Amino acid sequence: MRKGLTLQFVPHNELNNLNSYEKIKKILKIVRENKIVLLEGKLKSEEQAMLIQRTMEQIDKNFKGIEIATIEGKEENAVFKIMKKNIARVLLGDKFGFTVVGPASIVKEIKKDPNKIELFTKY
Amino acid sequence: MGFKSFFDIFFKLFRRRKLVKLGFYGPVNAGKTSLANRISKDFTGEELGTVSKIPHETREIQIKEKVTIKKGNKQLDFNLIDTPGIATKIDYTDFIKHGLSAKEAKDRAREATQGVIEAIKWLENVDCVLVVLDSTENPYNQVNITIIGNLAARKIPVLIVANKSDLRKSRIKSIESTFPQYKVIGVSALTGKGFDEFYGELFNLVR
Repeated sequence: MRKGLTLQFVPHNELNNLNSYEKIKKILKIVRENKIVLLEGKLKSEEQAMLIQRTMEQIDKNFKGIEIATIEGKEENAVFKIMKKNIARVLLGDKFGFTVVGPASIVKEIKKDPNKIELFTKY
Repeated sequence: MGFKSFFDIFFKLFRRRKLVKLGFYGPVNAGKTSLANRISKDFTGEELGTVSKIPHETREIQIKEKVTIKKGNKQLDFNLIDTPGIATKIDYTDFIKHGLSAKEAKDRAREATQGVIEAIKWLENVDCVLVVLDSTENPYNQVNITIIGNLAARKIPVLIVANKSDLRKSRIKSIESTFPQYKVIGVSALTGKGFDEFYGELFNLVR
């Protein structure tokens, strides 16, 4: 049986006023509802590490962890290329681009059935 | 002999030599323990930990204390700190596919999650880091970026070690272009290829 995927968009201003702990808590809450989070912007490197730590704390027989990826917008490619030269800046987190965080089990499903990835491109 | 000369000799004899806490970080199965073992064996004759093809073999921080590494007329004392591989997901069924029983697989998964948490906590306790990457894998992934980003944020000196350089699929250039700000050194912890240059770079890292 094919199950649908739910993508939840989280705009930058929704996380901007939260501290790192609250941000991670919010992201993981959505992911644990078996939804894919599409986050406007990028997490700081310390927040990414915290996200991994909190994820590890929550792994059980139903929750296998997360997949995380950063998507760069087309218009930002030039900016990204410049920033890539200065990796520290890329890693500090900002509101350019998107971060996708999803439950590992769902991303596994996408890999099995790549048509499901169309959801991302339709966005 | 003047007082200054006497003081210099006295100081050289009795000062505590600098002990560098060298962390081994990287994703799962990149060869961190194999690298730490080779270094440890080269200079102490003893290995540090066990290695396995089953992921998450290292699930606790392993430390080899006071390893004196020598290269030419230079020498430095290191504490080698081998950390569990960082991952964003751990599925115990993957271990079953490697031949473990369900109980062994679940235990391994539970210990592995704790290992990842410990590895990240230990970022606070290292002086410099070898980020060990499998040079046959695509280096541009979030785990690598998170590790290197956290080290950059803490201003911890980093040397990227592109392991498994003996394999045909090894792509060291790909790692260099992904992390252009960092020195990348290709080695094979299995065969010892590239270790002479690696030890040279290790001294540059600590300098």
